[in-house]
Amino acid sequence: MLDLVSKRYLFFLLSALVILPGVISLILPGGIHPGIDFSAGSIMTLQFPVPVDQGELRQAFVDLGHPEAVVQRSEDVYLVRTFPLAEDQRDENGNIIHSERQDIENALRQRFVPADVLASQPDIRVVVGYDSVSPLVASEIVRKSILAVIAACIGILGYLSWAFRKVKNPWRYGVCAVAALVHDALLVLGVFSILGRLFGVELDALFITAVLTVIGFSVHDTIVVFDRIRENLQRYPGETFDTVVNHSLTQTMSRSLNTSITVLLTLVTLLLFGGVTIHTFVLALLVGIIAGTYSSIFNASMMLVVWENGEFKRLFHRGPREPEAAAAAA
Amino acid sequence: MRHHNKIILAAIALLSILSALVVWPRDPGKYLHGLPLPGSPGIHLALGGMVLDRDGFRLGLDLQGGTNLVLQADMSNVPDNERADKLEGVKDIIERRVNATGVSEPIVQTSGSDRIIVELAGIRDIEEAKNLIGKTARLDFREQATPQAPADPNAPPDASDTSGWVVVTATGSDGQPHELTGQYFKKAEVGFDPNGNRPQIYFQFNDEGAKMFAEVTQRLVGKPLGIFLDNQLLTAPIVQEPITGGSGVIRGQFTLDQAKTLVIQLNAGALPVPVRVIQERTVDATLGGDSVRKSVIAGELALVVVAIFMIALYRVPGVMAVVALAVYTLLTLAIFKLWPVTLTLAGIAGFILSIGMAVDANILVFERMREELRAGKTVRAAMEAGFDRAWSSIRDSNVSTLITCAILYWFGTSQGASIIAGFALTLAIGVAVSMFSAVFVTRSLLRALVNFGAATHPEMFGVPRTPPAAPAAPSGPAVAAPGMGR
Repeated sequence: MLDLVSKRYLFFLLSALVILPGVISLILPGGIHPGIDFSAGSIMTLQFPVPVDQGELRQAFVDLGHPEAVVQRSEDVYLVRTFPLAEDQRDENGNIIHSERQDIENALRQRFVPADVLASQPDIRVVVGYDSVSPLVASEIVRKSILAVIAACIGILGYLSWAFRKVKNPWRYGVCAVAALVHDALLVLGVFSILGRLFGVELDALFITAVLTVIGFSVHDTIVVFDRIRENLQRYPGETFDTVVNHSLTQTMSRSLNTSITVLLTLVTLLLFGGVTIHTFVLALLVGIIAGTYSSIFNASMMLVVWENGEFKRLFHRGPREPEAAAAAA
Repeated sequence: MRHHNKIILAAIALLSILSALVVWPRDPGKYLHGLPLPGSPGIHLALGGMVLDRDGFRLGLDLQGGTNLVLQADMSNVPDNERADKLEGVKDIIERRVNATGVSEPIVQTSGSDRIIVELAGIRDIEEAKNLIGKTARLDFREQATPQAPADPNAPPDASDTSGWVVVTATGSDGQPHELTGQYFKKAEVGFDPNGNRPQIYFQFNDEGAKMFAEVTQRLVGKPLGIFLDNQLLTAPIVQEPITGGSGVIRGQFTLDQAKTLVIQLNAGALPVPVRVIQERTVDATLGGDSVRKSVIAGELALVVVAIFMIALYRVPGVMAVVALAVYTLLTLAIFKLWPVTLTLAGIAGFILSIGMAVDANILVFERMREELRAGKTVRAAMEAGFDRAWSSIRDSNVSTLITCAILYWFGTSQGASIIAGFALTLAIGVAVSMFSAVFVTRSLLRALVNFGAATHPEMFGVPRTPPAAPAAPSGPAVAAPGMGR
């Protein structure tokens, strides 16, 4: 049988090494590349009846007074991110007399739609999607996102402490599960921080959904292992905690891997065929679920062992040391 | 036990057929790629007072095209205690305007203390809609241009009939004639007739308005005074006597609800509250249709891939799990359609993700079964033990996912981010149905197989035939912990 528990510090080290670059990227200035949901602005989705050159489109936005515009191509549409457009001007009766969005659409239509198409469809849509968030809303979403994550953690901690109430120190299971989910969330954030720096990937409200789903999945996975530990603790009361955990891990390992593979298969299908709008979302789920599988096997349960063996205290008093129990098992 | 199992199986079959009927699309060729199959006429049921009318899935704005606006009302001039009513008034006005455009099933709702969310599906001219929504409300008082026989005061006013009405003018404080509009109106309240208990509406003009109103009512005794909001007639009471004090009462055959609505409308027109668009999400219908097509393909492929994986991994129970997955898919989609859940792109992604997670319950059970088989149990005993022992894991892990869903749903709704709420709702329904399908569907199917004597060999479960004496975990801690390998 595989002896995983004795190598626990190795697994912690591996986690730390994977997370560290992302965390550094997060801490450094500009760590998060926020989408309009968090920083305010407008995103236009543009679709033209004929191919349009990306450079020319960028130039068009410079000419329209938006040198800050970020133009990205994805499949057959262009996504253009700008600062918030000017608010509509209205006369005293509230009629719109000037709309910047309308001006932009008219200008793009004149510039890029061929005359013959324009003749048959004078009002052809080129702005097929338009999102705009004002700074007022953006700051609120950040606050509520953080609240949502904290609320999710407290909810899970509470439920686990209740579900494991028959075991000694039930709340330790909750804390370890939450530690594992923080690990996963941090990894996803870190990876996207780096992706933001390298490829300009932006974080939006949907990304928060992805992180929360990862949290849910991570706990889902951790609970299956913990549940087995609970069962084995009751069944073999004479065994050391290390042995019980190790045994539970090997028992649940193939289930953990098989479930993760199924979920990853569905996610890869979504990534390949699901359309551009949810790419970032699916990618975040993909990273998070791999992290969640790892952390449920190699972090959450190992942390429980460290805690139950009182190694935290030893760590502080004498520095890291291979615990005797693990040494004996190896 | 056998008998019991047959009943459960029959019930599941019935449920699946019903679900399939519910889910069956109007245009099946669109999803089954050219197969000549009859389309569904939609669901139209009327049971007693309950009417069920579903043509298709309810699609979110990102799939059918449309626009979502978040409006901020400027409440700086409104006293704190009147803000809630004022916001209701603004909402009411926007609702009336939106309804007048003929957009199907518009959603107008208040959010927080000063926001209004407007969702317009399938609208093409967004600028026009924004123009309409952002206008300041106009309340005015009108008289009939050509004298007619006084209208029956009890007859409900015909809101669309604006012909023949002209705005009344009266001398303002500057000595010039002015139109009598909402800017002179102070407020309205619901009160009760001192004799009966009939609701009536008390209203008040400001000082300048009081003088103008006195002049107008003197002239119109015995004639109707039309009260218009945004060019639509709200009510047209007959002036009984000149009202000189600036405050009066509208008597009529109002129900309490009607009176309340009227008061909200009147107050909305007095001291209008300007609104501005602080968030907008617009998706063109073509882009939405494209997303639907891609999601359907991704969903179908995901099902096929998961099915192949499960059968390759678990053989006979894998096949049962795939049947259960089909039941799961039908049942979940039927719930989506009947609820009805608004399907967004993220919601469909949540559903496809839940296909992967639905299989998890099966995997948990099958892995447990394998362990029991390796420990030398018979197929029947291993199966029952597998389900019993895996249950606590299935329950605990899914409850934690449901907790996350609840928090996401709260986050989404309080945020006005329907995309997130939609995702949470679809995932939660998926998780709940998956627990049902794993426990009832897979279990009953496997039991039936075992009862028929069709699945009695461990090989059919992907477990090689081994003598029961050989322990599954012969090395490592199993030596240190005898008995742990069972």
